[in-house]
Amino acid sequence: MGLANEHEIFRRRRSRNVGLALVLVAFVALVFGLTVVKVQQGDMMEGFDHQPRVSELPRDPAPAAEPAAEVPTAAPTTTEASQ
Amino acid sequence: MADIHAYDAAPEAEFGDYVALLKPRVMSLVVFTAFVGLWIAPIDLHPFVAFCAVLFIALGGGASGALNMWYDADIDAVMRRTQSRPIPSGRVAPGEALAVGLALSGIAVMMLGLVANWFAAAFLAFTIFFYAVVYTVWLKRSTPQNIVIGGAAGAFPPMIGWACATGGISIESLLMFALIFFWTPPHFWALALFMKEDYHKAGVPMLTVTHGRPATRRHIFAYTLVLAPFALWLGLTSVGGPVYLAVAVVLNALFILGGWRILRRDEAAAEADHYAVEKRFFKLSLIYLFLHFLALLVQHGMGAW
Repeated sequence: MGLANEHEIFRRRRSRNVGLALVLVAFVALVFGLTVVKVQQGDMMEGFDHQPRVSELPRDPAPAAEPAAEVPTAAPTTTEASQ
Repeated sequence: MADIHAYDAAPEAEFGDYVALLKPRVMSLVVFTAFVGLWIAPIDLHPFVAFCAVLFIALGGGASGALNMWYDADIDAVMRRTQSRPIPSGRVAPGEALAVGLALSGIAVMMLGLVANWFAAAFLAFTIFFYAVVYTVWLKRSTPQNIVIGGAAGAFPPMIGWACATGGISIESLLMFALIFFWTPPHFWALALFMKEDYHKAGVPMLTVTHGRPATRRHIFAYTLVLAPFALWLGLTSVGGPVYLAVAVVLNALFILGGWRILRRDEAAAEADHYAVEKRFFKLSLIYLFLHFLALLVQHGMGAW
């Protein structure tokens, strides 16, 4: 036994430390899980973003021609430029 | 073997002592009733959100328990049943319990606001205030009606659960409140009849001490009569149904019968059989509340009215 013989007080301290650690880890997991759920539900998330909110603007009756053609050309050039 | 007892004067707390501060047994009632209130509400919450909401309602209840233990440490030290609680036994310092209670209250209210809505959070804050200040500080030591009004604190959780889902109050949540509110006095007075604690020594004016035991018996019976209509009325609202009503009719008949039996006894008869009837009534009161809320849950699963 000798040096390994601990006073009971260390067991109590360890119980506090381990307990608190578990509580904190559980709290982090909880907040992360909540974030995932809240983002998936997506309600009440629109904050002020220094520009007119798209959802508040009147619907465009005739949407403009598909801008999709520009995107594929733009994307490769930027990646090439960055490399 | 020679032991060195260097720390005996100040026994250190372990984690369980801080858990004990939150009164886990009271918390189990809070968890169950808050969950039922939340689950049977007409608006469905995401299961994980519901879990978190119930968790933080329970944490708020636990925090108010810690505040109660901080303020009542002097009473707890006198009564045998409570002498081994963390503060009277010296394992947790009073100031520490106060800090834990206040910190957890803040966390619970803020998190419930973020999880559910701010009306439910404000309701939880009010409940903590009601239990820790109105009941513990103002009423408990000043009036024999302490249990009656303090019972409101225990009756709020299903309303908070309902508010988490719906964001408001309605007749169903008010009736769930009434069910617990009018159930609390007969439950605790039955306990007071057979526990025979040193309430007078501790300075707590229990009805058994201030008005005597026969008056307490009359009060128990009267409350079982008041309770029954509210329990049945809940069965006629949108959360009720045939299953709930059947359960409620049987349980309330048994409860009134138990109250009647308590009323018809005098102390000599009770002493003779060691308070068997009172103890049975106390057990019945626990089953009574549990089965009512379980029946609400089952009725919700089967489809209410």
